[in-house]
Amino acid sequence: MALQAIAFYLLAFTTLAAGLLVVSARNPVHSVLFLITAFFSAAGLFVLLGAEFLAMLLIVVYVGAVAVLFLFVVMMLDVDFEELRKGFAQYLPIGGLVAGVLTLEMIFVAATVATNGAAGKNADPLASPVGVSNTEAIGRVLYTDYVFFFQMAGLVLLVAMIGAIVLTLRHKPGVKRQNISKQVARSPKTGMELVQIKPGEGISE
Amino acid sequence: MIGLSHYLIVAAILFTIGVFGIFVNRKNIIVILMSIELILLAVNINLVAFSAYLHDVVGQIFAMFVLTVAAAEAAVGLAILVTFFRNRGDIAVDDASMMKG
Repeated sequence: MALQAIAFYLLAFTTLAAGLLVVSARNPVHSVLFLITAFFSAAGLFVLLGAEFLAMLLIVVYVGAVAVLFLFVVMMLDVDFEELRKGFAQYLPIGGLVAGVLTLEMIFVAATVATNGAAGKNADPLASPVGVSNTEAIGRVLYTDYVFFFQMAGLVLLVAMIGAIVLTLRHKPGVKRQNISKQVARSPKTGMELVQIKPGEGISE
Repeated sequence: MIGLSHYLIVAAILFTIGVFGIFVNRKNIIVILMSIELILLAVNINLVAFSAYLHDVVGQIFAMFVLTVAAAEAAVGLAILVTFFRNRGDIAVDDASMMKG
């Protein structure tokens, strides 16, 4: 139990510190790396709760896809990030005030819900029924009761993929591509020209 | 003893860090998108914590859908960002007033 508490406080502190560094780092590349740290420690929190499948999904999807996409865009765009940081000190007091008030409110609500809510009766976390692995429990529910929503999630990803491709695709002028119908439609008449050259003269275009 | 309230408090603080990030980085849209990812991560921690302490697996299913939407949102958001950068040569969002909204 004590070991679990140590693990929780370590992972929670790492998540929050990395989250704070994401929003306050000077260099956006560092921000992305701290984002990856935050995702990793949040995955650790999920493992502590017993939700191993979602923890691995978090690492695969967030660290493997989303964070790398962020890193790719940050490194590809040539932006003066110092220029973008100008309002930081100006918005710091109001942002800190709003964040402080919001934190206090949410902590009060969380404490109340945790003690008086429906989940207050259960003292121990149980991410899947006893005797069933977490992945199996998720699969049993996801592919039966929620199969329609599962399909819809696939559709959302398809639309997002098509949207991203359409937004970033651009046809450069001057790039030569293979045009099959043009190639097939070529005949000797259009492809060749017979030129009579008199002796001693060249041909000029 | 680690209870539900511990996880909820971590999620609450992470959520406010995300909101704070949007407040202080008003020009840098890349950090704004990362703050949105932090907010969605906080929501996911809440969902999984409730799922575990209510002994109900449905919360994890919903967290998966949140994950899906977050991934789609990041992909489309960054695609818009790249297009915007190509057109403007800059990503400062506070002068993004081409549409006169």
